[in-house]
Amino acid sequence: MAKRFTDGTLALSGVDLDVGQGEFLSLLGPSGCGKSTLLRILSGLIEPSAGSLDWLTAAQQTRGAAQPKLGFVFQEPTLMPWATALANVALPLRLAGMSRSEREDRAASALARVGLAGFETAYPRALSGGMKMRVSIARALVTCPDILLMDEPFAALDEITRFRLNNDLLSIWQEARFTVVFVTHSVFESVYLSERVVVMAARPGRVVREIAIEIPYPRDETFRTSAEYASLCRTVSLGLGEAIAA
Amino acid sequence: MSETIALPRLEEDVQPRLAVRRVLGVARDAWPRILMPLIIGIASLGAWEIAVVVNDVPPWIVPAPSVILATLLRDWHTLSVSLWITLQITFAALAVAAGLGLLLAILFAQSKWIELSLFPYAVILQVTPIVAIAPLIIIWVNNVKLALLICAWIVAFFPILSNTTLGLNSADHNLRDLFRLYRASRVQELFLLRLPAALPLFLAGLRISGGLALIGAIVAEFVAGTGGQASGLAYRILESGYQLQIPRMFAALFLICVTGIVIFLVLGLIQHLLLRHWHESAIRREG
Ligand SMILES: Nc1ncnc2c1ncn2[C@@H]1O[C@H](COP(=O)(O)OP(=O)(O)OP(=O)(O)O)[C@@H](O)[C@H]1O
Ligand SMILES: [Mg+2]
Repeated sequence: MAKRFTDGTLALSGVDLDVGQGEFLSLLGPSGCGKSTLLRILSGLIEPSAGSLDWLTAAQQTRGAAQPKLGFVFQEPTLMPWATALANVALPLRLAGMSRSEREDRAASALARVGLAGFETAYPRALSGGMKMRVSIARALVTCPDILLMDEPFAALDEITRFRLNNDLLSIWQEARFTVVFVTHSVFESVYLSERVVVMAARPGRVVREIAIEIPYPRDETFRTSAEYASLCRTVSLGLGEAIAA
Repeated sequence: MSETIALPRLEEDVQPRLAVRRVLGVARDAWPRILMPLIIGIASLGAWEIAVVVNDVPPWIVPAPSVILATLLRDWHTLSVSLWITLQITFAALAVAAGLGLLLAILFAQSKWIELSLFPYAVILQVTPIVAIAPLIIIWVNNVKLALLICAWIVAFFPILSNTTLGLNSADHNLRDLFRLYRASRVQELFLLRLPAALPLFLAGLRISGGLALIGAIVAEFVAGTGGQASGLAYRILESGYQLQIPRMFAALFLICVTGIVIFLVLGLIQHLLLRHWHESAIRREG
């Protein structure tokens, strides 16, 4: 698969990637290597200029949908400032035409799942950065997506909040087992979270390595401080170093 | 997906909102904003009064504030009728400007082509001096009131159109992607995303247009002159000028100023009420 923008920038070239159902996959790479572009192609927001995207899961075929249900978490929380947290989370359901009471019930439980019960009527500007991100995650989860696409969702957060959200994301994922494609440029985050790290290089954007992280879940703080984690991080760092040098 | 998984609640809790201290029903720190201009106003009126009395200035050159007030009360009957006519024209023009401006901006937002083709004409309408075209409009339109309304509308219309167009196009691009991702229809995108995003700019435009509609109504009436049919405040000023009733001229001028200020404040209040929950402009900053 390849992507060339209208101004001639070749953002991706020769990308061939399989994503398994229920998998937690990280895309890791230097800035400008086309991670966001790849994610936007996966979401269907932009079309690849060459190659194609195939959805081949049994669930899709039985339902006859052309595309699985997606959840997208942007780098910024991307909330509507004029709407309360609850209305923001309920937005995808509202767009799908669900009745008010039902969508508010589901939005409230999605908010509770990300630890924000009691903040339904808060407006985004009254929430901290981490809380806004949680609202954004709740909005992505509210439709019970098959695939959750996350574009550096925690990049702007401090380390403590980030660790906490990492853990929360993992526990939600273990419960529901949707597919996650997680873009990051933090080696530590990618190793901690995912089953497989895909390392990308820039100019043109391409996949250079795939590293499996074969550590069973649940992963927690003991994993974060283990020697195993450190050695995996080293492996991935080296891979990333090669990718930058390449 | 099961909905039962419980994550630890965040420690952060909603702060109970501190009660705003009120004096006579007005927030305490809003008082200086009301009192200071009032004190300045009263002081200048006092100085004016004293200056007129001490220098023995005749009322047909500069009347004292007390004389203007007396005239205002004595001629209240005619003046209030005129005020009412000016108000009608102003508000009708503002309403039409807001409605048409909004509709046209929505039309512009639907297609770049429509915007490209029509926007220059809106600019032409805006840059043409109203005094220059008012006589034509008054000749073409038989009904004087309607002619005045059209003139006031032309003056008031542009800020709403340009602001709302800008607002409709400035919705966050990630949010627009999000709407596309969830396959929102154009109508949904318009009502749930673009119109709310445009609201602050629309209201700012409305506030500018409120003043302009009044100016447009007054100017057009000056141009229309003493037609005698629609005798708003501008007509009173002209008439008083001819009859050398300078205090009445000042009284009419005073009413125009007060009208302008009231329009400005009312639109500001509407702006505050609609935006107070979310827009940066309407939120009181701590510290
Ligand atoms: N709309 C666009 N038009 C033209 N070029 C673009 C466009 N979007 C991205 N690019 C280019 O494509 C390349 C990849 O961009 P992309 O945003 O996918 O990088 P990224 O890996 O997400 O980087 P970061 O980590 O900084 O977010 C960059 O060189 C960028 O300049
Ligand atoms: Mg990016």
